[in-house]
Amino acid sequence: MMQPEQAVLVGPEESAASGALGSSGGEGAGPAVVLRGLHKSFGSQIVLDGIDLTVKSGETLAMLGRSGTGKSVLLKLIIGLQKPDSGSILVQGQEITSLDLQAMNEIRIKMGFLFQNAALYDSLSVEQNVAFPLKRHSKMTKSERGDRVKELLASVGMEGDLKKMPSDISGGMQKRVGLARALALKPGILLLDEPTAGLDPITSAEIDELILKLQEKNHMASVVVTHDLQSAKTIADRIALLHEGSVIIEGSYEALEKSENKFVSEFMKRDS
Amino acid sequence: MPSLARATLASLWSPFNSFLEWFGELGIFAWQVMRAAVRRPFEGRELMRQLDEIGSKSLPLVALAGAAIGAVLSLQSRSSLVRFGAKSMLPAALVFSIIHETGPIVTGLVVSGRVGAGIGAELGSMKVTEQIDAIEASGVNPYKYLAFTRIVACILMLPLLTLGADLFGVLFGWLADTLVDPISFTKFIHRGFAGTTFSDFLAPTFRTAVFGLIIGMIGCFQGMRTQGGTAGVGLSAKSSVVMSSLFVILADVVLVKLILVFFP
Repeated sequence: MMQPEQAVLVGPEESAASGALGSSGGEGAGPAVVLRGLHKSFGSQIVLDGIDLTVKSGETLAMLGRSGTGKSVLLKLIIGLQKPDSGSILVQGQEITSLDLQAMNEIRIKMGFLFQNAALYDSLSVEQNVAFPLKRHSKMTKSERGDRVKELLASVGMEGDLKKMPSDISGGMQKRVGLARALALKPGILLLDEPTAGLDPITSAEIDELILKLQEKNHMASVVVTHDLQSAKTIADRIALLHEGSVIIEGSYEALEKSENKFVSEFMKRDS
Repeated sequence: MPSLARATLASLWSPFNSFLEWFGELGIFAWQVMRAAVRRPFEGRELMRQLDEIGSKSLPLVALAGAAIGAVLSLQSRSSLVRFGAKSMLPAALVFSIIHETGPIVTGLVVSGRVGAGIGAELGSMKVTEQIDAIEASGVNPYKYLAFTRIVACILMLPLLTLGADLFGVLFGWLADTLVDPISFTKFIHRGFAGTTFSDFLAPTFRTAVFGLIIGMIGCFQGMRTQGGTAGVGLSAKSSVVMSSLFVILADVVLVKLILVFFP
């Protein structure tokens, strides 16, 4: 985990400047993801209104914000499931907004994505779900693939449930399998959409511990979208708070707690 | 009065406009599927799974429908033919009717019910639970993995299923006939196929490949554009069946005319 740092309140000008410079320094490690002036609207509803963010390699950034502020949209923009109206997205130094599908797929296999409800393929078993990306993007033999699947499922504590179908396991277990599937191709960037949503506090804590453990083991850059302040506090090096389409503050959890901004302090009060 | 005219015009234009929009989106979807189809990998394993799902598992229902149509045609044609003293024409009339029209259209409609609804609901459910997004996020093209495999399976299996419907139709037509007025199966088949040429059989059977294209394309399109949770899934399943049945019937009319032109 990184040391806590001073929170930076981000206005439109400061936000652009922080994006241009690499918002949190990034000395010694190239940024994994850089977002510059990102805009996204759905009809007349403006969801993202000029987002500038940098995620360094090996860093975990938690995105907080009220429901409907575009946190999940942000993740989908990073992995190319949606296109921004304007702005730039650099993934490991490559601009992705203008890529064709073939080139985008090359980038996507460098990223792992855990969906809010795990999004396991319900016609495939747990084992087949985790093997799915390996089958398509690796040259492993069947036995090598089998070993890798077992290793991945063991790393999330699901080694005993290989043959089960997604409908036969609990929500927490589905998240674990989703996490194993996201890690299958050893991605450099992990995107987690509400990893603890809908889970009881004990399971949530287990998932947080698991993410931390996997983070330490694999040294990935992670972007975690969450409403769970406790979870953000546990797993994130840095937190960015989205409000009305913009990042209004970014920094450590402790720094956000000390913020005198009315919205930030109201948001953080929920945890105290 | 002008405002009333405007309102009437608008109420007429709106559904027409929606239909044009739907058709345009279907065209874009078809283009995306075709573009995905020419790139590797060709998803052979998934195609085999869909051939089994769409073909083998539809066979019992199609065979049953074919058998029922064959028996009913036999029973109903008999009384008319007896009245005109043409009882011996029954096998030929039955075979001609089944292989030319009844077998293909019944297969098309039964499959658009079973498979169209199945594809619409399955892909719709995958869409609302973000499984299609998950496929895309893992660097796999869903247009190829989900849509292309299902569409090709429909195109390949419809003619085979039609053969099944034809076979059971003729078999149960004979059974219904022989129960009333015993006739050997060999004699029935001999009389039935006496005036039938290969082209009588080929074009009507293979026109069901077009039905397969319609059913697969519309089912996948409706499924992959599903919005709005479980209600949306139900709507996709329903609209897949309605639209594919409608277009199968329309295509049947056009194709019958074309077949009559090219195979007079």
